[in-house]
Order: sequence, then C-alpha cells, then structure tokens
Amino acid sequence: MGRYVVRRLLQMVPVFVGATLLIFLMVNVMGDPIAGLCGERQCDPATAARLEKEFGLDKPVWQQYLTYMGNVFTGDFGTAFNGQEVTELMSTAFPVTIRLTLIAILFEIVVGIALGVVTGLRRGRPVDTGVLLLTLVVVSVPTFVTGLLLQLLLGVEWGWIPPSVSSEAPFDELILPGLVLASVSLAYVTRLTRTSIAENRRSDYVRTAIAKGLPRHRVVVRHLLRNSLIPVVTFIGADIGFLMGGAIVTERIFNIHGVGYQLYQGILRQNTQTVVGFVTVLVLVFLAANLVVDLLYAVLDPRIRYA
Amino acid sequence: MRGAMHARWAVCAMAAALAATACGGGDGGSGDSGAVLSASWGDPQNPLEPANTNEVQGGKVLDMVFRGLKRYDPVTGEAEDMLAERIETSDSQNFTITVKDGWTFSNGEKVTARSFVDAWNYGASLRNNQRNAYFFGYIEGYDRVHPEEGEQTADTLSGLKVTGERTFTVALTQKFSSFPDTLGYNAFAPLPRAFFDDHDAWVRKPVGNGPYLVDSYTRGSQMSLRTWDDYPGPDKARNGGVDLKVYTDNNTAYTDLMAGNLDLVDDIPAAQLKNVGNDLGDRYLNTPAGIIQTLAFPHYDDDWNKPGSQKVRTGLSMAIDREQITDTIFQRTRTPATDWTSPVLGEDGGYRAGLCGEACAYKPDEAKRLIREGGGLPGGKVTITFNADTGSHREWVNAVCNSINNALDDERACTADPVGTFADFRNRITDRKMTGPFRAGWQMDYPLIQNFLQPLYYTDASSNDGKWSNEQFDDLVDRANQETDDARAVDLFQQAEEVVRDNMAAIPLWYQNGSAGWSERLSDVRLNPFSVPVYDQIKVG
Amino acid sequence: MPDGRHEPEQAIAGTGMGGAMDLGVEEAETLEKRPAGPDGSGPQGKPRSLWSDAWRDLRRNPVFLVSALVILFLVFISLWPSAVTSGSPLACDLSRAQEGSRAGHPFGFDGQGCDVYTRTVYGARTSVAVGVLATLGVAVLGSVLGALAGFFGGAWDSLLSRVTDVFFAIPVVLGGLVLLSVITSNTVWPVIGFIVLLGWPQISRIARSAVITAKQNDYVQAARALGASHSRLVLRHIAPNAVAPVIVVATIALGTYIALEATLSYLGVGLKPPSVSWGIDISAASPYIRNAPHALLWPSGALAITVLAFIMLGDAVRDALDPKLR
Repeated sequence: MGRYVVRRLLQMVPVFVGATLLIFLMVNVMGDPIAGLCGERQCDPATAARLEKEFGLDKPVWQQYLTYMGNVFTGDFGTAFNGQEVTELMSTAFPVTIRLTLIAILFEIVVGIALGVVTGLRRGRPVDTGVLLLTLVVVSVPTFVTGLLLQLLLGVEWGWIPPSVSSEAPFDELILPGLVLASVSLAYVTRLTRTSIAENRRSDYVRTAIAKGLPRHRVVVRHLLRNSLIPVVTFIGADIGFLMGGAIVTERIFNIHGVGYQLYQGILRQNTQTVVGFVTVLVLVFLAANLVVDLLYAVLDPRIRYA
Repeated sequence: MRGAMHARWAVCAMAAALAATACGGGDGGSGDSGAVLSASWGDPQNPLEPANTNEVQGGKVLDMVFRGLKRYDPVTGEAEDMLAERIETSDSQNFTITVKDGWTFSNGEKVTARSFVDAWNYGASLRNNQRNAYFFGYIEGYDRVHPEEGEQTADTLSGLKVTGERTFTVALTQKFSSFPDTLGYNAFAPLPRAFFDDHDAWVRKPVGNGPYLVDSYTRGSQMSLRTWDDYPGPDKARNGGVDLKVYTDNNTAYTDLMAGNLDLVDDIPAAQLKNVGNDLGDRYLNTPAGIIQTLAFPHYDDDWNKPGSQKVRTGLSMAIDREQITDTIFQRTRTPATDWTSPVLGEDGGYRAGLCGEACAYKPDEAKRLIREGGGLPGGKVTITFNADTGSHREWVNAVCNSINNALDDERACTADPVGTFADFRNRITDRKMTGPFRAGWQMDYPLIQNFLQPLYYTDASSNDGKWSNEQFDDLVDRANQETDDARAVDLFQQAEEVVRDNMAAIPLWYQNGSAGWSERLSDVRLNPFSVPVYDQIKVG
Repeated sequence: MPDGRHEPEQAIAGTGMGGAMDLGVEEAETLEKRPAGPDGSGPQGKPRSLWSDAWRDLRRNPVFLVSALVILFLVFISLWPSAVTSGSPLACDLSRAQEGSRAGHPFGFDGQGCDVYTRTVYGARTSVAVGVLATLGVAVLGSVLGALAGFFGGAWDSLLSRVTDVFFAIPVVLGGLVLLSVITSNTVWPVIGFIVLLGWPQISRIARSAVITAKQNDYVQAARALGASHSRLVLRHIAPNAVAPVIVVATIALGTYIALEATLSYLGVGLKPPSVSWGIDISAASPYIRNAPHALLWPSGALAITVLAFIMLGDAVRDALDPKLR
C-alpha cells in the first residue's frame, strides 16, 4: 500500500510538469496580453515595454516557464494584471468553488445514487423508463439553458431565491447553482449506478445474502450497493476536478466569483500567471482525487489489494 | 416581493457588519441619507490609481472618491471649477493654477498645489507604468520623464512648478487653449502623501478627497463606499453610501435588479431593453452619453487605400440601416450618428447634426452604385472584425452585416468575424493585421470636440486604429488647438471633421446612450455624459 | 503474470475521467471482461458471433429503431437541407425580428429576423458534422494509440498513460477558450480538431484496457504460440473483442460533443458566422429567452432530440452487446 502510493505520487510529477507546461504554452500562444491593457488605444511603446518587463513577458517562453515554476515552489504564484497577488485571488476563489463543488457532488451522490438504485432494481419498469428519459433530457440540454431558465423561474418569476449569489457565497445560496452544475453529472451517476446495480443484482453473493434471509435493505446497502459503487466512485472522483474548473458557465450565470470566473477572466485578459496558477492547483486536485479514488477501490472491493 | 425583502435585509446586514451604518431609518430624523444602495459594477482591469484607470468601471470609483481641479457638470457636461480657484493664462501655453482653500483628503491631509504636482509627476513617470501617462504629454519635460525608448532621464516634469502652498504653474510644449477643460479627467486628480508613502496599502483601500470613502474593498467582488461626513465640497452625497457589486454578466445584474437583489444597474443588457417598460416602469433612464461607435478601416491595407476606396467606404456606410438597427437591436438606446462627435457636446461644443449628410443615410441603390464605382468590395466581400468577450457587439455586427447583405443583394457580401479576447483584438490592430473594417468605439475622456477627433484621426495618434493620415486634417487640428477663441476653434475642428467625412476615414454608426434601471427605493438617479451614474445625488428610501 | 499484479494496472486504467463525457467508460470496462469470463447464458447450438446476436436483438428493439430513424432523418437533412426548406439561413430581415410563427415560417424569426425553421434545418449539417466527425476522429486516434499501448506495454504504455493524464487534467471548457480563441478559421475543422485533441485520451484509455484484457485470452495466447504476426494478432483476434466498448462509449460521446459545440459558441469561441449551427443560434437566442423563447426553443429542442437519439442508440447497442443483461 505504502509503496503503491509512493509510486503513484512519483508518477504525478511528469503529469504535473506536462500539464502546467501545456497550459503555459497555450496561454502564450494567444499572444501579447499588453495590448489589451490600454483600452481602445495603443499603449505607448515605452509603457508597453515596461509592463512586459514587469510581468516577465520579455523573456523566451521556456525561461518564463522555469522562472514561474521556481516561484511556484516557493509559494509565489505571481501577480494578476490588476496588481492583485494570484494567491490572494485563489484564497477568495477556491473556498467559494469548493463549497459549490461540495454541493454539486452531494447532489450527485444522494440523488444520483438513489435514483440509480431505484431504477437498477426496477429495470424495465415504468419508473426506470421515466427516470431514464428524464436524465437523458437533462444530459442533452446545454447547461446555460438549464441555468438561465431556472434562474428566471425561481429567482424572478416565483421569487423563491435571490437570482445571483452574494460575494460571501454561503451554502444556502449555492444550492441552485450546485444543482445546475451537477445536473449533467447527476444523470451520468444515475445511469452508471443503474447499470452496475442491475448487473450485480444477479451475482452469487447477492443471491447468497438473500438466501441467508437478510433483510432487503441490508442486502441492497451492504452487499449490492457497496460492490456497485466502484464505477460511480471513479466517475465522481474524476468529476471533482472537472466541476471545479468547468464551472465557468454556471459561475457566470449566477455571478459567482469562484475559480471558473477567475479562470475565465484570466483567459480573456490573457494573464498567464492567473491561468497557470489556477490550473496548477486544479491539476493537483485532480491527481489527488484520482489517487483517493484508487485507494477507495480497496475499501469497496476487498478483492483489490495494492502491493 | 419576497426577494426584495430578502435583499434589503442582506444589504442592511452587510452594511451593519461592515460599517455599523444605521439601517432602516432608525437613526435620528434623516434616516434616508444614511441608507446605502447597491449598484452593479465591473472588475476594474488595472489597479485603481487615477493615472492608471482608463475604463468606465474604475472611472466610476475614482469619480466617487476624487475631486479634481475641474468637474464636468453631470447634466450639461461643461467643465466647471471644483478645486480650482483660478486657472490663468495669457498665451494658452503657460498656465497658473490656484487651488481653493479648505479642501482636505479624507485622512485629514490638506489638498495643496503639491498634491497635484506630485500626482501628475507620478502619473507621467515611465517607471510607474501608468496607462494614462500620455495625458501629461503636453506638459514640458514629458519626453525626459517618459521617453519613447530607453531609460528616463528625469523624475519630474520640468513644466510643473509649485509656486506657493496653493499655486503652481504648468508650462506646455505647445499652445493648447482648451487645456483647462481637460483637467476634469481622472488622471489629473490630486493624491495624498499616503499614496506615495505606503502605496500597497493605498491601492488596497484608496484614499481621496471626494464625497465618498472606501470602506472596504474585496477585489474582484465588491467595494463598499460610505459617505464622507466631513466632505468639504458642495456636492455632498445624499445617501449613506454605495455598495458596488461586481457582475461578470450584465444580464445577471439585471435579473438581480428585477428580483430586488440590487438597487441600480447602469448598463441594461440589449436583450432586456424590450422588457424595461414592463419590469421597471419609469424607473429607467436613457440619456445621451459621450460615446460613438464607428467602423474603422485598415488604411495601411492596399485594398482600402487605393483610388476610389473612399467611394467603397461611403457605399458601405450607406448600406447600413442605422435607424432600424438602433430601433430593433438597441431599442433606441443608441441614436443613428450623423457626425463624428457626440450630441453631449452641444451645438456650441462642436456637435453638428447632419454633418455626415447623405453618406450616413440608408440608400441601398446609391450604396450599390458607389461600391461599384469604387471598384467593388476587395475580393467581393467584407468582414467586420470585433471582439466577442465584452459588450454585446455580436448582435449589432451581425445586424450591420445583414443590412449590408440586403442592400447589396448578396447573402455573403459581409460576414462578422469575432475575435476571442479584447487583448487579441487590440494586438491585431496594433500589429496592423486587420484586412477589413473593424469595430471602433470611442468614449470621450472630456467633453471637447478635440477629444473626438484628434486622438482618433490625427496622424499616428494613440487611438488612430486605422492609421489614417491626412495633412489637411492634421493642419486644421493644429490650428484649432492654437486658437484662443472657443468658437473659432470649434469651427476649425468642424472643418477638420468635414475632411474625415469626405474621405469616410471611418463610418460613424451611432451615438451610444447611457441607460440605467433602478429599484423602488431609489430616486433622483441621473447619468452623467460619461454614462456613469451620479451616485452622490441618488436618494434612497 | 500473476493476477494480483494486474489489479493496480486496472485501477490506474480506470481513473481520471476528464469530466462529463465519460459516461460509459466504467460500463465498458466491466463489459470488456466478459469475453474472458465463463458465459453460461449463451444460446445453444451453432455458436453465433457477438455481432449477429447483437443485431438480432437490435432489430427488435423499438428504442434502437426510433433512434436510428431520427439519426437517419438528421443525416438526410444535413446532406439535403433544401429538400425540407426553400429558404436561406442567411436571409435575415431585421424588421421581422423576434416575430412568432406565421405561414411559411412555422418556427418564427430570431433576433436578427432570420427564419428559425430554416436555420434549425441548416444548423443540423454543422452540428451533426461536428458530432460525427469529431467522434470518428476521437475513436480512430484514441483506439490506435490505446491499442498500441495496450499491446506493446512497457515504456510506450507508460508514456501514453502519462500523456492521457496530462490531457485529462485540462478542463475542456478552458482548453476550448484558450485554443479556439487563437484560430480565425471560419470552418468547423478547428472545433472538430479541438474536440479530437482533447477527446482521444478518453477512448485510448478504454481501448488500452480492452486490449490488455483481450490479450490475456487463451485464444490469443494460442495464436501467438502458433506464430501469428503482430498485425494479425491485433486485427484478427484482439480488435474484434476490444472494439465493442469503444463503439459504445463513442456513440454516447457523440451527443456530448454536439452539446460541447453549443457551449463553446456560447463562450464566443465556437463556430463563427456565416456558419449556421444550433450552438450559434442557441447562444444568440439565450439572452432573449423572455421575449422570443421560440428562437431558443427550436434549436435547443433539435439539439436535445439529436443528443437523445445518439445516447439511446448507444444505450441500445450496449445492451445488445452485453450478454449478461439479456
């Protein structure tokens, strides 16, 4: 187990370097960001040159990357164009996004798995078909349509909730955005659970458990569900990174100043330091979540042991 | 209504937590003047230093926190003395400025001649990376403080001299008769010593001499401003303060306004304009602002700079149905342009309706004829480039293209070409990579006809994006700047404008209005000619 | 190779799905083990291939038939849009902006005064092209690379696995914003290329583990012992058993690619005019949801039906290929 974790951690190093380098190059490909800082006029050349120097843009890309990574390891993520430290941006953005992600994941787990179990046990019945159709519709409607519609209905027409999230972004205000963010993944989780449950329902250990006379809910929860969760857990683990970075659309609709919003701003202003900084942290989250998921396998399925 | 209640409670709670401001009118008799309103805001792009702010969102805050020598009247736009007691000149080149007595910064420091001279030197100095440094370009010694290349050889402008506690002199490199009228621009604001002594702390929480204090500032999400009770100026705020909330999408801000979650939105999204009547009734304002939208041309591209090109450009101008587009897309929040300035200048200031004449009217047949005579569109078609990330440019560019296509009876004559980011868009302009007309917007810095012409069409001017160059135009502008008589100067500028028209250097599209919507709590909402709400006059409750 | 050694590999193979496109990955992995396991539920008599079994099932499956019909219809109007509409998607008259339906214009007009019906019909071509071509690209690139990694293993495999990790680490929307905002082309190719670039690791991972599993089968070992060449091994013995999960995942991914194009267009980096696509129309109409919901409804509806059809098709195919669920 220990050796396995160490090996996995070592494998993260090249992935981490590769991903950050790739993002770094991608933002650089977009070209010179300075021109966007002077409004509808040309920056005067002297100021432009000074700004380039200040943000380290006058050096070759590889050198910029090395300097940047060196700084990152000392905890210095650089400065955004508005003079704000990227670490400061992160300290305001990540808590909000983590709350949003938690709510989304919670929705996925509670609603998704519950629906999945119900439909998996009642495969082919009307309830199964109904949920299936519903989840498929949710999958096929783009997030921004769902988001705008719900915002308009719940926020304005019916006035149940404030349509946007305040800058403190407490949990209760994030419920609707969390639901919208989770909606697509929710459908996937339902379907994954359903398939897995339907498959395992016929396995020998379930039959044995039923034959032993165990109560139904115990069979379902302890035996069937536990063994059916592996694909679901994998999906959710991978989804954490996606939800945190991919909330651009949801965060924009509900005016949430989280990671997606900062990333979006960073990209629009072509601010390498912000974009790479945020993605770096996201990559770490993503890799860590993968590791945790793999370790969870051993908990869920006793047959899996890591050497 | 439940939403509104909720919002009010939240605002009060926030205000109480942040500033212990009284809420709900329980504090003495003047409950209203203590109430705080919330307003939409955009994240300023640059640090909030006066000489570093070149867009409206940062400008909003500076306008609340600072007062300069001059201030543009919120209604007429005229430059009026604020901190200036006298600005004297005998030759339109050397000015003696006397600062009024009794003004202080909100930290108690007196506003003196030094406060201005230090601020201007700071703004001009190359090493401070101030985006608006060029505003000091007329002042003597700018070329040493801010050389085009290499290191600066001086730290202070030789043209600025403090001659007394409240007086200083300004020497310009050339005659510029309307120089005093430019002094209302934010870049010319005074700065307290705190700005220089602890710059980081100042940027985190700016201190100025305006009617509002910055109470707290969470960058990227919210700024809370509170009324400065000891403000010495005549335009004391009539409310308790303003909470500026950052919105990424003005649609969300409008949705919030409808739900009672926000008090003031100063940029109604085009898509919602049709609904304002229903949603807001008379709590909506639509007034002219000093903004004009044009289509600029790459005059460096041979396709657009050959004999007859001006006919093609004029033809394109006549193929655009401005009336219909401003009606349908903008719901009359923009007015078809008939010259290259703005109605906010007024007739005396140089605005002349109809100066563009037929060339700005929708005449499809004439358009077709002119384009044919001019040699046709280069390659048979034209693309209009715009940046897709800010503003709702996509809609009007599509509409302009459809209008051109309909006028020319060719479905593929005109296509819109979005560019992903503003920076990329500006890069293409600076690198002269444009191959067809592109979006050009101009928001005036100060309400002078000079500001609508010189920066945009003078040879090598900073916003002359099309790199248009015309000796006759340059000459007229030079003469106008030296003219001491205002009416004569305006006349010369208008002659220069006619040169722009005859060459159709850029196609004027429409004058942009400022629009604002507000909640039932507010009254006396007004927009100044810069389309910024006059926050200090708003009454709450 | 002892079984225990294989587990972590499996575990690694199954991790790191990059977001919402990954439905079916796990299902595919459970699926791919089946040929190796004992299958007592198969029919008696002459052994039939997985394919003929599946086809027999599908022919009787109404879900499959309906979704196949919808897809055929989409392909038809993509190829011959003028067969169902006489208008031009680029003919727009601002004076009719946002008007509702009327004779000859059943879906009404959008914000620019273009006919929504015509644009929805013409939008099918781009949207379906993006979906189908991107899926093809992803499937081909992904399965070739994945199969090579799975078959040869070793350093090549390690390298590829790390590369897939790198790609999975890039949020899709972010990648789109960065890469696509640089490209000025007016065609669908940048969007397709982008999806292939970010989508192939998903398939390659599945193909890789499918090949690894298939490689262990006795009949492959036997063929190898008999001296079959690498290419014969892969093409004749391994590919047929590994291709099923790829097909299943790909059909589901196709729908999500079309939805992705809509999201990219919403962010302003997707397809550019004069391209007509559902994504462009949906993003243009979404701010006007209160005044002209019909302009949003029809392209969204078309998109939803298409995605639905492809997902149901994938679903039906997967069920048909899965002997356990029979």
